[in-house]
Amino acid sequence: MDSITVSGVGKAYRDYPNRWSRLREWVNPTSNVYHTKNWVIRNISFSIRAGAAIGLVGVNGAGKSTLLKMIAGVSSVSEGRVEVIGRVSAILELGLAFHPDYTGRQNVRLAGMLLGHSHEEMDALMPDIAEFAEIGDYLDRPVRTYSTGMQVRLAFSVATARRPDILLVDEALSVGDVYFQQKSFARIRSYRELGSTLVLVSHDKTAIQSICDSVILLDRGRVIDQGEPAAMFDLYNALIADPSGATLNKSHAADGRSVTVSGTGQAKVSSIKILHEGSDVEARSFIVGAQVVLEVQVEAHADIERLIFGYMVRDRLGQVVYGTNTHHTGNPLCNVRSGSKILFRLSFSLNIGPGKYSISTALVSSDTHLDSNYEWTDQAHQFEVLIGDRAYFEGSSWLEPSVEVVI
Amino acid sequence: MQKQSLWPELVGVWTYRDFIMASVARDFSQRYKRSFLGALWAVLSPLSMILIYTLVFSNLMQGRLFEGSSEYSYSTYLIAGLLPWALFAEMVSRGQMMFLENANLLKKAAFPKLCLPAILIIGALQNFCIVFSVFLLGLLLQGEFRGIVTLTIIPVLAIQILFAAGAALLLATLNVFFRDVMQLTAILLQLTFWLTPIAYAISIIPMSYQWLFGLNPLLPIFGAYQIIMVRGLPPDWWSLAPTLALALALNIFAWVIFKARFNEIVDEL
Repeated sequence: MDSITVSGVGKAYRDYPNRWSRLREWVNPTSNVYHTKNWVIRNISFSIRAGAAIGLVGVNGAGKSTLLKMIAGVSSVSEGRVEVIGRVSAILELGLAFHPDYTGRQNVRLAGMLLGHSHEEMDALMPDIAEFAEIGDYLDRPVRTYSTGMQVRLAFSVATARRPDILLVDEALSVGDVYFQQKSFARIRSYRELGSTLVLVSHDKTAIQSICDSVILLDRGRVIDQGEPAAMFDLYNALIADPSGATLNKSHAADGRSVTVSGTGQAKVSSIKILHEGSDVEARSFIVGAQVVLEVQVEAHADIERLIFGYMVRDRLGQVVYGTNTHHTGNPLCNVRSGSKILFRLSFSLNIGPGKYSISTALVSSDTHLDSNYEWTDQAHQFEVLIGDRAYFEGSSWLEPSVEVVI
Repeated sequence: MQKQSLWPELVGVWTYRDFIMASVARDFSQRYKRSFLGALWAVLSPLSMILIYTLVFSNLMQGRLFEGSSEYSYSTYLIAGLLPWALFAEMVSRGQMMFLENANLLKKAAFPKLCLPAILIIGALQNFCIVFSVFLLGLLLQGEFRGIVTLTIIPVLAIQILFAAGAALLLATLNVFFRDVMQLTAILLQLTFWLTPIAYAISIIPMSYQWLFGLNPLLPIFGAYQIIMVRGLPPDWWSLAPTLALALALNIFAWVIFKARFNEIVDEL
């Protein structure tokens, strides 16, 4: 069953050329229109099944927050329909509805009632809210004495005091401290397990990847694509690098992963290999801690003033394990001629935990991804790290200890 | 398009009753927070008005109210109209600001929008009840209390509140788009006060102009308060019928405008 259905939704703000034209439109018996519509989002359709967790991702102004407000029922839709089944709790721009002169407790009571809780329910929920927010004596002091972080803590605690059927979270959690962020994510996760539907708007890739099973990518008011988080973030990065999307190329690798390539194509990676050090045979799986060499062959297809090669090693969730580029390592190339071939050899030890990893490569002109982007390839190469004969360990890094036990 | 239908809205308002009552309590405390005299101001400010008008008008009006009026008659007459007027003025002047002042709430939370007029009505009525009970107590002490007939002011008050609520909803909606409404309302309220016989009696108006005053829909309402409180007679119910009809029409009109512009209100704030 779908708990949120968005069909053909659009949002337009009316622009009137001047004050009089609005008045004229109101009183005019003929239905003449004097305004122009400024569409911020349009033709958005998707459905979210009950219990799913969806991330809304996009650059600022893509329409994520507008969309979330329409799902929350705060903002109206200009066309299309939003259907929502179940009790919704929305955390939109936290804390701001609090009145500075009243204590946290007084504000919590009113905010809870605004969410539709009764007087008695708020009495019952108050101890839990206070305990979760962990702001101590401040609960009975005026909100104007609070730090932003404390307001966020309190607001999140109220909004999630009772498990909603649908939880909408807009960015908000990026404000608080790390401890509280983790605590709130634990609560969100536990609500998910109990069956709540979650829609999360965030720029925080880690947050979205750790909790969402699908991501909807928005750009300039349209849905670009919907899919699994890692692939959507690759597409998102490609969109940032190349806003026109003209050179964006999405294909599928042999193993079914989607490979995203973007850029001008003035330089291209022609081959990638990982070898054991001292060997010239390519390998795909390595033992934890192995000494390896990453060999990347690059071809210039135009004269390039400055060439930087960058790469990232990512885990199976798409989180970056390590990444750097030749700008940071102090090896930029200048005045590269068209047709020349360059080999980058990077030696390192694979001090990372067992699992599947991918490599993304970038050929750019400076250390930011946004300047001149010749080629950006996500999922350019895959490899696996095995535990082999190493002592068993947990985690993503290999911090091998030498153990000494003193009795 | 999101549809605003009256019945679901009203059901929504009922389910949010705890929020409404808590907001009323907050508005009340907010008004007097950080003041020494606190809620005493609720009584002091109308009292000062009463003193001023009594000083200015009582000699002018003495013996001209109606036959057999006692020495306290002018004060009673004045207060009988002035206190309900304060209620009317508060509902209209604060009511027209209800969407603008609650912009933050409207932009951040989904709740039945008619909660806002409900908070307004209950809050204003609460103030009125405090002041009016002080007035009734005063009448009792002077032996001027009219007994059971006093209860007939309740239906009259209901008509007045209906009228003011319709005006408030209409003005509040217009005010979001045209801020001139705010300035205009202040002037119109002043004008209406002086065009309604509250501080003076209609008898001082020359006969040839009195029909003009008869066009004022508030006239029968305030006339009714004065008859009840000063002479101890029930009001002429039929004289209130046109005002009731107008109040109903105003509410329907305000609802239609509000419903049509509701989606734009949140976008415009």
